[in-house]
Amino acid sequence: MAATTTTPVRPTRARAGRRPLPPGVLPLGAGSGLGLGLVTLYLSILVLLPLIAVVITSTEGGVAGFVDTLTNPAVSSAIVLTVLSALAATAVNVVAGTLVAWVLVRDRFVGRRLLSLVIDIPFALPTIVAGLVLIALYGIDSPIGITLAQTRAAIFVALLFVTLPFVVRAVQPVLEELDPDVEQAGASLGAGRLAIFVRLVLPNLVPAIAAGAALSFARSLGEYGSVTLISGSLPRRTEVASARMLSQIENDNLTGASVVAVVLLVIALIVIVGLNLVQRRAARRG
Amino acid sequence: MADAQRAAGIRADGISKRFGDFVALDDVDLAVPSGRLTALLGPSGGGKSTLLRIIAGLDTADTGTVVIDGQDATRLPPQRREVGFVFQHYAAFKHLSVFRNVAFGLEVRRRPKAEIRARVHELLELVHLTQFADRLPAQLSGGQRQRMALARALAAEPKVLLLDEPFGALDAKVRKELRDWLRRLHDEVHVTTVFVTHDQEEALEVSDEIVVINHGRVEQVGSPNDLYDRPANEFVMEFLGPTTRLDGRLLRPHDIDVFADAAPGTVPAVVQRLQRVGFEVRADLRRTDGDQQTFWVQLTPGQVETLDLAVDTPVWVRPARRAAVIEPALT
Repeated sequence: MAATTTTPVRPTRARAGRRPLPPGVLPLGAGSGLGLGLVTLYLSILVLLPLIAVVITSTEGGVAGFVDTLTNPAVSSAIVLTVLSALAATAVNVVAGTLVAWVLVRDRFVGRRLLSLVIDIPFALPTIVAGLVLIALYGIDSPIGITLAQTRAAIFVALLFVTLPFVVRAVQPVLEELDPDVEQAGASLGAGRLAIFVRLVLPNLVPAIAAGAALSFARSLGEYGSVTLISGSLPRRTEVASARMLSQIENDNLTGASVVAVVLLVIALIVIVGLNLVQRRAARRG
Repeated sequence: MADAQRAAGIRADGISKRFGDFVALDDVDLAVPSGRLTALLGPSGGGKSTLLRIIAGLDTADTGTVVIDGQDATRLPPQRREVGFVFQHYAAFKHLSVFRNVAFGLEVRRRPKAEIRARVHELLELVHLTQFADRLPAQLSGGQRQRMALARALAAEPKVLLLDEPFGALDAKVRKELRDWLRRLHDEVHVTTVFVTHDQEEALEVSDEIVVINHGRVEQVGSPNDLYDRPANEFVMEFLGPTTRLDGRLLRPHDIDVFADAAPGTVPAVVQRLQRVGFEVRADLRRTDGDQQTFWVQLTPGQVETLDLAVDTPVWVRPARRAAVIEPALT
């Protein structure tokens, strides 16, 4: 348990044009200055420049082109379908993932290690293989008699399949570190099992759940391989945004595809920043 | 004693508990009188914490019964035992403010808001944390956290207060302060209190009664002075303070009188080493008759000066008149 340590305030030399460093932070030396520069350059080439390029491409048709693309029924329904499916899958993951993590950490049963291994498989599989697996089970000749091919439910199931580990793996280590005394203190103070979970355990899991949810949502927004095979990508019915973009690109409509990309980018940013705020609010208390 | 009074407090009868092959408690009986401050004292792994947890319902005994305040609690879950429990490592609810921590037991009992506020403020005043009500536990020192945990345990007016090594995680100075403070608090609140400790000084200083537990058994029960002056066996004697051996008899090193000249009942010895520790001088002596046995005596610097002691000084010693002595076992 970390006691509050007061870091001795180092006398920092005030340098012109620079904010004073927070206490405990050493000023950058020449070596780490170089490191910072390289990291910035690396991230710029890898992430920032391509993003900027997409944003620029998306504006090539002007505002009218932007609006035209978005009001296209196939595009708008693809975006709505994608976002709703991603939200639904993430919502399920928040509950189911926490539950699975709980069982893995708190229960002792035969096959626990095996189950723990199984959880990572959907994540580790190439997504197209995941698609094939789903087709084999829920395709036209479903061996279990459940045919989901070419339905929206298929998209939901595919997303659940590939995003299964995110919340589980985020929550599991936090749950393992929880002090069992806290729950016993709650019990001794008269709280029932539900009250102990909701009031004492869950608040400590929120940052981890939020982090897992952010990953799950981001992955769902962009998922292609596992979804496209089983959904059939029927325009305006079972076509997700990534599939729509692919067909736009195949039709030489790079600008249109970029518009969809920018919209997805903005939505992802909003959700991830939102979940980040949840995490920070919870972390501030720790 | 009236029956009503005897019924109050805590009774544990025939408690046994095993963890695999390890016997943590072996048919232990315990009676804690109502309104007193009782210490369960013993070495680590002796079973005292397990006994406390069984009373609280946090562990279950393999056999035996627990009666709290006249009510059979053996099968009650911890929620319904009306026990306040304080953990060694505070078990603070890290995401809740000090106020909400203390209020927790009242909130889950759905007491009216106004009542909760009044009760929590009263308790925070009692533990001197009023100005920290809005802080988070992480912003408190260890001693403050433990006081918060104490207020939290007292909030719902438990029948008994149980403390498991409450000062074990604190540094020596804070431990001493909290010890005095717990004693004063108990004198104010009068709730039946049991605390577990492995620190004999803590037990001697704070408690009304001490139960010495070792290897899953009760070695002796009594007031601090009883135990110190009339230990039942060598274990209790050794655990409660320093001991030395003279003529095969176990006694306290401050219970040996030292003379410059022979006196009735004395035996001759010679000083081997003198070491001053604060206001105490440890004198290592060796007998110059019989088996040349070594032992040590606790003296004051004044005594050393009066006797003019130095290494190789010959002296005569004998047990003090009221010395607590454990005679050698007859074999």
